[in-house]
Amino acid sequence: MITKAQIVQWLTTTAKVLAENKEYLTQLDSAIGDADHGINMDRGFKKVMEKLPTVEDKDIGNVLKTIGMTLISSVGGASGPLYGTFFMRSGMVVTSKEELSGDDLLQLLQAGVDGVVQRGRAQLGDKTMFDALSPAMDALRSGLENQDDVVTALETAVAAAEQGMKDTIPLQAKKGRASYLGERSIGHQDPGATSSYLILKALLDSVKA
Amino acid sequence: MKKLINAVDDVVKEQLEGMLVAHPDMLKVNFEPKYVYRADAPVANKVAIVSGGGSGHEPMHGGFVGMGMLDGACPGEVFTSPTPDQMYECARAVDGGAGVLFLVKNYTGDVLNFETAVELAHADGIKAQSILIDDDVAVKDSLYTAGRRGVGTTVLCEKVVGAAAEAGYDLDQCADLARKVNMYGRSMGMAITSCTVPAAGKPTFDLPDDEMEIGIGIHGEPGQKRMPMATADEITTMMVNEILDDAAYSRTVREWDREEGTWVEKDLTDAPYVEGDEFIVFVNSMGGTPVSELYAVYRKVAEICEKRGAKIVRNLIGPYITSLEMQGMSITFLKADEEILKFWDAPVNTPGLRWGA
Repeated sequence: MITKAQIVQWLTTTAKVLAENKEYLTQLDSAIGDADHGINMDRGFKKVMEKLPTVEDKDIGNVLKTIGMTLISSVGGASGPLYGTFFMRSGMVVTSKEELSGDDLLQLLQAGVDGVVQRGRAQLGDKTMFDALSPAMDALRSGLENQDDVVTALETAVAAAEQGMKDTIPLQAKKGRASYLGERSIGHQDPGATSSYLILKALLDSVKA
Repeated sequence: MKKLINAVDDVVKEQLEGMLVAHPDMLKVNFEPKYVYRADAPVANKVAIVSGGGSGHEPMHGGFVGMGMLDGACPGEVFTSPTPDQMYECARAVDGGAGVLFLVKNYTGDVLNFETAVELAHADGIKAQSILIDDDVAVKDSLYTAGRRGVGTTVLCEKVVGAAAEAGYDLDQCADLARKVNMYGRSMGMAITSCTVPAAGKPTFDLPDDEMEIGIGIHGEPGQKRMPMATADEITTMMVNEILDDAAYSRTVREWDREEGTWVEKDLTDAPYVEGDEFIVFVNSMGGTPVSELYAVYRKVAEICEKRGAKIVRNLIGPYITSLEMQGMSITFLKADEEILKFWDAPVNTPGLRWGA
């Protein structure tokens, strides 16, 4: 089982990792976007850290929904509504839960990813965060179906996300600001796919701990 | 980085504080969350026109708040879209009962945040609609990109639709007019230097002294192609011809269905311009290019139009939709019919645009 403390740890670790990678994400974004992804994600998760103590006694669904609203109202850019929607939809499927089974975690992440697709209308191969999230979901699902324990299934999911992130390098962007570069977007790793990988990696590290 | 700022984090806030003390007769400012709104808002029974976007494009949008133009403007961080809570709170502050029309530049961040805001406003019982501005001809296809970006036509659309709302147009009429202005407008931009986002601390892109970037948007994002630097006449000729020769442009946009409370997809096609069309021509500085150079550009625009049978009936020349300190310019053509001209000429009284009032 995954405890609420581990979910809270996930958000805390995410904030720390995004702060550490602020320059790196911004640098990736300056190659094919508008050089603000690291700055925006860091600002959003700093707000999350301010908000977290006020909801720690609530259930997991409530915590995630509050985090989603916080991101929507503090990140801006495209990543604000996308990651905000991710956490809000995630929270909606685990309402009133204090701990999560592997299947709960799968439902939670799937609802979040579905929300991202609905808001952003991205398809696989468009060079977006979905290119890291989608293979991760496939790996997590098959891992859990094979009776892997949650940590093992998450390990394969994070590996798949990392591969998906790296696989965005040769892709031509079809969504977001990078799409305006046409062929010039080829050869650069997508910053959104990178932050998605970092967030999933933070989840694994928190569940393992 | 060398900038006239105090602290990087205070850039947007201090700009708003300055606007507030400079123009208390025209506008008010809310700081948590941030939005600029008309001093006399809400104006009863008038459709409220609200826009917004990243900061760094001044005077757009906050400088266009006032009689005859915008009722509200939501500034984001520099070059970053504002957030839905700002747009929703702003809509609540300016809605005079006739509804709120959001004018949204087609940038993914703006679109996703404004769509969320429309849903929030609708859920709160505010009549809301949003119209997308996507006029940048440097983007050729909508299938493999996020579509044409919203650039110069935004300023003209805010002026024209703002005047129509002042004249008593209802929400649907304002939306129809905004859609028409967008479909009649075409723009193209270029840069000869980059610019520096304060929070980033270094230039967004490298541009060698002997090169220029053609087809940029308004955030310094790289454009269509990089070329050796050329003369003002050569650059102007290339851009005006690209605008006037632009073929029909089709894309699918999402508009809000107030009855159903859901997004509906609409297929729109902009018709190409034809000889004899009348235009409002807008030559705009990206911030660092002086007005003297804009006039040299305008002189060439007028010469080409004369030769090609395009009739310029009004013009606007100056820095109105900028990219911080970037050197460069954009050219916008707006095909003008009787309705558009009537509202273009109507009085406007804002910090950034003022006539007849």
